[in-house]
Amino acid sequence: MSLPLTQRISFAECSARERLAHLLDADSFQEWLPPGERVMSPHLAQLGVPAAFDDGVAVGRALLAGHSVFVAAQEGAFMGGGVGEVHGAKLVGLLRRALRERPEAVLLLADSGGVRLHEANAGLIAVSEVMRALLDVRAAGIPVVVLIGGANGCFGGMGIVAACADHVVLSDVGRHAMSGPEVIESAGGVEEFDSRDRALVWRTTGGKHRFLLGDCDQLVDDDVAAFRAAAVRALDQGRALTLESLEAEHRLLADRLDAAGDGADAVALWRRLGIEQPEQIPDLSVTDINALREEHPA
Amino acid sequence: MGETGWDLRARRRQARLGRAAQALGEAARGKCVPADLAVALLSAVLEPGDRVCLEGNNQKQADFLAGALTQLDPAHIHDLHMVQSVLALPQHLDVFENGIASKLDFSFSGPQGARLARMVSAGQIQIGAIHTYLELFARYFIDLTPQVALVCAQAADRDGNLYTGPNTEDTPAILEATAFRGGIVIAQVNELVDSVPRVDIPGGWVDFVIQSPTPHFIEPLFTRDPAQISEVQVLMAMMAIRGIYEEYGVQRLNHGIGFDTAAIELLLPTYGESLGLKGKVCRHWALNPHPALIPAIEAGWVESIHSFGSEVGMENYVRARGDVFFTGADGSLRSNRAFCQAAGHYACDLFIGSTLQIDLAGNSSTATLGRIAGFGGAPNMGADARGRRHASPAWLKAGEQKRQALGPSGIAPRGQKLVVQMVETFREHMQPAFVERLDAWGLAEQAGMALPPVMIYGDDVTHILTEEGIANLLLVRNEEEREQAVRGVAGYTPVGMARDRRMVENLRDRGVIRRPEDLGVDARLATRNLLAARTMRDLVDASGGLYRPPARFRNW
Amino acid sequence: MSGMAPEVESLEYVLEGTQPVGSFAPVLVGVVGSGNLEVLLEPRAGTGCRFEVETSARGFGEIWAAVVRDFHERHPLAGLQVSIHDMGATPAVVSLRLAQAVAALPGGTR
Repeated sequence: MSLPLTQRISFAECSARERLAHLLDADSFQEWLPPGERVMSPHLAQLGVPAAFDDGVAVGRALLAGHSVFVAAQEGAFMGGGVGEVHGAKLVGLLRRALRERPEAVLLLADSGGVRLHEANAGLIAVSEVMRALLDVRAAGIPVVVLIGGANGCFGGMGIVAACADHVVLSDVGRHAMSGPEVIESAGGVEEFDSRDRALVWRTTGGKHRFLLGDCDQLVDDDVAAFRAAAVRALDQGRALTLESLEAEHRLLADRLDAAGDGADAVALWRRLGIEQPEQIPDLSVTDINALREEHPA
Repeated sequence: MGETGWDLRARRRQARLGRAAQALGEAARGKCVPADLAVALLSAVLEPGDRVCLEGNNQKQADFLAGALTQLDPAHIHDLHMVQSVLALPQHLDVFENGIASKLDFSFSGPQGARLARMVSAGQIQIGAIHTYLELFARYFIDLTPQVALVCAQAADRDGNLYTGPNTEDTPAILEATAFRGGIVIAQVNELVDSVPRVDIPGGWVDFVIQSPTPHFIEPLFTRDPAQISEVQVLMAMMAIRGIYEEYGVQRLNHGIGFDTAAIELLLPTYGESLGLKGKVCRHWALNPHPALIPAIEAGWVESIHSFGSEVGMENYVRARGDVFFTGADGSLRSNRAFCQAAGHYACDLFIGSTLQIDLAGNSSTATLGRIAGFGGAPNMGADARGRRHASPAWLKAGEQKRQALGPSGIAPRGQKLVVQMVETFREHMQPAFVERLDAWGLAEQAGMALPPVMIYGDDVTHILTEEGIANLLLVRNEEEREQAVRGVAGYTPVGMARDRRMVENLRDRGVIRRPEDLGVDARLATRNLLAARTMRDLVDASGGLYRPPARFRNW
Repeated sequence: MSGMAPEVESLEYVLEGTQPVGSFAPVLVGVVGSGNLEVLLEPRAGTGCRFEVETSARGFGEIWAAVVRDFHERHPLAGLQVSIHDMGATPAVVSLRLAQAVAALPGGTR
């Protein structure tokens, strides 16, 4: 049962910096390359787009319930959270520094459509460097936790980045996938995927579905306090990055593809999990979904 | 025939029904006609030059009958005179393009405004007049009575009793006029039942009933996603509550639809509560079931709401809140646009709504070049009700302010309805809302209209509310002060920048213009956190799950 | 079809202030999104208050000048750098952000 509205701070509504202020221990966030240093995109001006002082991402170290963590928060309102050259370099720098300083975890507050197309190859390269740096951090035994709950969700190259992490936390408002709904519709036609059918979009890419399928580790309400609690729980949940674990994941995905059959809607998948009234899922609370997952593991 | 009887109308009605009987033959079961005979039926009952009312409501549409109408043979049925509230569907204009109809009287054409303008200038449509809803209904009883009415309902029984349910809307007004002047009434219904949940239209008024292949078209027009409300709108809503609702003690009101008014609705349980206003304002409403009002209803602010129509997704919530809404013995909403319009005009003390343009006299218009959009119901809500006689504190106070400003004279004292225009100084793409000359003048020239289509006249406007503050036009003493009062809240638009700064300061000293700080409104509190609901899901939660938003509004 | 890329417009205004803000850590409010802007306040030597605006909505210099002038009349701050990245915010939003920025200054509840 979620808190009454007046007591709840919506994670989705907050800006990146507001999320950091509410998620982390008070006044513990020490930012690297803060706005005043003006490390900004060198590409946007020529496209007539104003830059942002922090290129849409704040990175630094902080405390979470007393634990030392590194954290990055993407600003979804700036360029759709798209990863540009500088933005990506800040993420890579944060991850590489984590290898040196070994915080207890790296938290990534992802709110992004993926690569910032305005920056073309620079953005693509940046995202791939983030993936490599993230995997290096995991290989060093430092858990990487991704929190997804913004309006953009986590798509494109950032969707892949999130899938590379140890631990993913999603709110039911959040979404996690690779191709965006509009992209699927233009490629496959409206019969294949009607991107304006928002219920369909959330059934397919939203937190509830991801959680029931086992693609995310925790499902929370759209509430910063809930995200904080989830992040704390995730701190010691690192997953070994081994050949065995990768092969196990491949087997899981292959099985899922077989079981899905032809053109399965999320409702059909949920029914296959043994859930009795799958069409009710979108209306259930996060608490109820959590209970269902316990009864019907992915 | 050579007879000079007084029953020509009745005989013509019998002739139409006779032709129908012939065309339908054995296929008709009493009043029920199979859908595949709809075109044949229309062909039989209609005559060239007939006045035809097609629903054409704000929300519900008799879409099956509209489509059937477009399929008539123009050699047989032509020059129909369409009288309808709203041009919503392409078929509403196709009947003109197909040469079946030639003349039009209507009220609102939002979605079809551009095509209407093109067809008028190409000579395919002759517009009689553009009306407000209540005006058009009124003319159905005087000089625009339909010969044939094509309506839609949720259900009918074999006797032709209709259940129009939550979206009753215009139907009673249309059919009272049509049925009692010998007109022919044809209804498309979503289902035929043995017994309707309640009788909204008695079967005696209805001649034919057709079950349409798909349920009649209906759109959610009064749903506003709280996620789209901006901080500036929150600030303006705070000023409305503090500077007008509290100031005049507004108990009975109508909100024009928009994000600005949705913000007011969502601030009552929070900001309004902090001012101690529950019970002192906003108890009685002429309003469709706005989802944005749910938190205020749940918090006990609202005593009654009468509605023009319903709103998709709100049916169960309304059913569960019978203490607040007008519902039948069956529990579902009963709406009535004609009565709600009259209620908004005569029984409410305040109208507040947004607009696209305001000029220096306070005239406002939503007219734009290249589109003939019409008026809808706003002018009836947003006008002083000069026929009103009963007093209320808000009405008396407004009238008193105006009388004081105009100085001693022999004019008989009267009250005044509060008519508030609420608008941000700049619209999208930095288009100024304040202009020296309304586009309405240009449209009138372009479309050959007798008058520029003004939605709300400046001398009916009592307050203009922008992010810069409130201009109280009741307190201005002459036209020059009115102009500077308008300029004084027009922000950084060219109209605003051309203000006489000294005069505006003087107006502010006198309280004619009040800035947020003059009203005791702290702009730093104007954040979205003040809204009682910030997302569609918050509204669903506030309703205890009773509100079921249409798919396009879901994001969970 | 001139082939010219769109450009960000740069505007600058310097006004003399009477209320020194002293030294403080930079203050950032707002976000560069459509219809929105970010405002960075930093201390600056001297008695001036310098406004630097980068905006994608070109041709509104006169309005920016008026907004800045009115803001500085109300808050005649001295020794201040105000840097703005704007993506087409209306003057209402600009004024709101400037007020929020000032409120976030240490000792700044005006």
